[in-house]
Amino acid sequence: MLARLSHLDRLEAEAVHIFREVAATFTKPVMLYSVGKDSAVLLHLAMKAFYPAKPPFPILHVDTTWKFREMIEFRDLMARKLGFDLLVHVNQDGVRDNINPFDHGSNTHTHVMKTLGLRQALDKYGFDAAFGGARRDEEKSRAKERIFSFRNAQHGWDPKNQRPEMWKIFNTRVNPGESIRVFPLSNWTELDIWQYILREDIPIVPLYFAKRRPVVEREGMLILRDDDRMKLRPGEVVENRLVRFRTLGCYPLTGAIDSDADTLEKIVGEMLTAKTSERQGRLIDRDEAGSMEKKKREGYF
Amino acid sequence: MRLARIETPVIDPIQETDTVQDYLAQQERKSFLRFLTCGSVDDGKSTLIGRLLSDTRQIFEDQIAALESDSRKHGTTGDDIDYALLVDGLEAEREQGITIDVAYRFFATAKRKFIVADTPGHEQYTRNMATGASTSDLAIVLVDARQGVLRQTRRHSIIASLLGIRHIVVAINKIDLVGFDQVVFDRISAEYAAFAGELGFRSTAFIPMSARYGDNVTKRSENTTWYSGPTLLDHLENVVVDDIETDKPFRFPVQYVNRPNLDFRGFAGTVASGSIRQGDAVVAAKSGKPSRIRRIVAQGGDLAEAVAGQAVTLVLEDEIEVSRGNILVTPDARPHVADQFAANIVWFDEKALLPGRTYILRTETDQVSATVTELKHKIDINDFGKEPARSLDMNEVAVCNLSTQAPLAFDSFTDNRTTGAFILIDRISNNTVGAGMIIHPLRRADNIHWQSLDIGKKARADLKNQKPAVLWFTGLSGSGKSTIANLLERKLHAAGRHTYVLDGDNIRHALNRDLGFTDQDRVENIRRVAEVAKLMADAGLIVIVSFISPFRAERQMARELMTKDEFVEVFVDTPLEECVRRDPKGLYARALAGQIQNFTGLDSPYEAPESAEIHLHTVGKTPEEMVDAIEDWLTNDEIAERQYDDGGGI
Repeated sequence: MLARLSHLDRLEAEAVHIFREVAATFTKPVMLYSVGKDSAVLLHLAMKAFYPAKPPFPILHVDTTWKFREMIEFRDLMARKLGFDLLVHVNQDGVRDNINPFDHGSNTHTHVMKTLGLRQALDKYGFDAAFGGARRDEEKSRAKERIFSFRNAQHGWDPKNQRPEMWKIFNTRVNPGESIRVFPLSNWTELDIWQYILREDIPIVPLYFAKRRPVVEREGMLILRDDDRMKLRPGEVVENRLVRFRTLGCYPLTGAIDSDADTLEKIVGEMLTAKTSERQGRLIDRDEAGSMEKKKREGYF
Repeated sequence: MRLARIETPVIDPIQETDTVQDYLAQQERKSFLRFLTCGSVDDGKSTLIGRLLSDTRQIFEDQIAALESDSRKHGTTGDDIDYALLVDGLEAEREQGITIDVAYRFFATAKRKFIVADTPGHEQYTRNMATGASTSDLAIVLVDARQGVLRQTRRHSIIASLLGIRHIVVAINKIDLVGFDQVVFDRISAEYAAFAGELGFRSTAFIPMSARYGDNVTKRSENTTWYSGPTLLDHLENVVVDDIETDKPFRFPVQYVNRPNLDFRGFAGTVASGSIRQGDAVVAAKSGKPSRIRRIVAQGGDLAEAVAGQAVTLVLEDEIEVSRGNILVTPDARPHVADQFAANIVWFDEKALLPGRTYILRTETDQVSATVTELKHKIDINDFGKEPARSLDMNEVAVCNLSTQAPLAFDSFTDNRTTGAFILIDRISNNTVGAGMIIHPLRRADNIHWQSLDIGKKARADLKNQKPAVLWFTGLSGSGKSTIANLLERKLHAAGRHTYVLDGDNIRHALNRDLGFTDQDRVENIRRVAEVAKLMADAGLIVIVSFISPFRAERQMARELMTKDEFVEVFVDTPLEECVRRDPKGLYARALAGQIQNFTGLDSPYEAPESAEIHLHTVGKTPEEMVDAIEDWLTNDEIAERQYDDGGGI
């Protein structure tokens, strides 16, 4: 009697297949690395897909300069440990104009530092395929996206005119300047991600685990004051609360949750009884209806 | 707002007594089903998925809050929650209240995990329905109880069947709007069963349903006491769909050759069917070369066995030639290897499929140029009738013969959904324009072999002291192609060159006299003349082709038939107004008077070259000046001077 593949085995095989397909058919792929849990899984799968070789592409982090310090430390640690080729890109125009989430709001900050930064980096290196860790269960417009998602020469996504995607036969053909965003985790759910991290013992940023951290309550969110660029408003106090993060982004835009989950098992247990979605902790998705789709059409991941 | 309807019991709760590990272990043991919802517009597909997600408690509180506010803004259900807005995630979809593209959603019950594809009902988005169906094992076909079986119900059922779906649920929806009437249910069920009899479904379940109010979705309805079958969710949890890919012959399409150093050469890919153990015998399908499996490599340590669905890396005992596109197979049951076969094709593109045009054919790992050599017949959506056809329009289905430039290894699609499928890609736009399911190989090519000849192209060309070339003139009727071609040949001839002019009108008098001026005949016209030009170049000649050749795809095809640097595209660029003014044969006058149909530049398109080697602007210039310009280019490019330096033969 042959063993039937488990759900995670199937998801893993699908992602590995996608990684190899890109390596076999594109001239200059890159993997976007955002340091979060999905990126951690992506990296783990890339290492598996090409074993015993190293993944035949570099890893790119678009740094907004507002990531948690622990994220940057973790990123550099992983690059050293696994020996991959890490590219870090910062939008220098944004740095020059001192674009930041406090003065310019989440929309402008994300657009300049993340979307424009990403576009600059892709143009600079001339990548024709870019892996991202997006999942279809995250958000409604992501649920609509192909695994191999075509981008025109301006990096735009045309959601009303996507290429058909039949079986596992992927159309990887692009003309010069055009590119494909590739999402190996398309069919994974948040639970699958945590379960896989647990099963494979994948290292993740410590911010996901509960710990006493200095947080400020602002606009209904718990913001970790990661450095003194965050000025306190009148009446605001920094308290040391037992918190953790369900999702990670720029620290001023990412809300912590009160939690005592300090192990992977506890995190999964907490997730199973959660009443809100993970993206609720992201300020950038709430700015306006359809905001994710709009960002994606402009070239955001 | 009827929020109360969302507060249904949790279907897959974590129990107080469970540990997280126990719970996760249960999750891993669950079986798995991928299905889609399809059917005609407004039959309630998205609403049904929204209802399933909501009743199985997959919706978070913040998403419910967003749904309530969306329902007020875009909802089409009055004061009730519009569940469709949970899945119609694109702005255009919410504004228009329709589904444009497929949405993938995920949910789980105590027994099974599900991926559901919510696909659009509009005919113009059939390609998106096919996208969702291609990875599904079951289709829920929704039928509006007030409407019965419609054209799209049939189309989607046929496509589902062609794409290999063997399990159907016919959800007779909006049963509340016909007073929960059993007579209506029975009538529609009978109508569907009669029509679907030929579609080869292994199971067909009929369920009366109200997606909007939840009747028979996850809970038995008190309004349909006459119905004794399962609820939709019961059925989805229990239907047996295992196609047991592991029991089929071993197939391993080679995706990527992993060669980090000289000591390791692994073939990476996903086992399409069957299983393989260390030591098993395999052959490379295309060459028939045998070997054995030395190792099944994985990061955590070598595996003893790999089964269908697993992505692994195989190392062979012998250094046999295997590259991406080949298939490692069991020696006992080999796939077909052929360059001609029959297939069902579903067409996706606004530009019709034209027999004779070259497309890129792609299987899971192989890629080759391919042509539809014969459109055998279209399939009538209403009665499965066979209709003769000369081209295939968007959303149509046909049986075709195809010919590929190099042999493919494949199985018939009914035997293997992975190794029997392909897509077609447009060579210019790179769009995915069609999907194909192989029926069987054609044996006609089996007994024809290449005869090798001792005198090759180089020998023939050397004798003439020239390098063969194909100068391909393209441009509107009356642009001056024939005049310039004639003058050029005279000059080349005077210089001692061996030439031939293939002229559009002349060829249509004989070789191509059976062809008219429709798009499909124009494609065939160019295909034949390109093959003739190739033979003449092989004979060592400098060939001047003077054809309107209006389509980029066919000029590209001609270019790729010739060897590198042999093909020179000459764009004779005369504006339409100037051609109409010149009108040397009086054709424009007749076409403008409505006496000639399908005239290039008027009611038939001309696709100008984007990067022709030679671009001639004829206005205000004499034919002699044009010929000088060509000769200058040829001299600079040394085509006319340089010795032919490739190997001989074709």
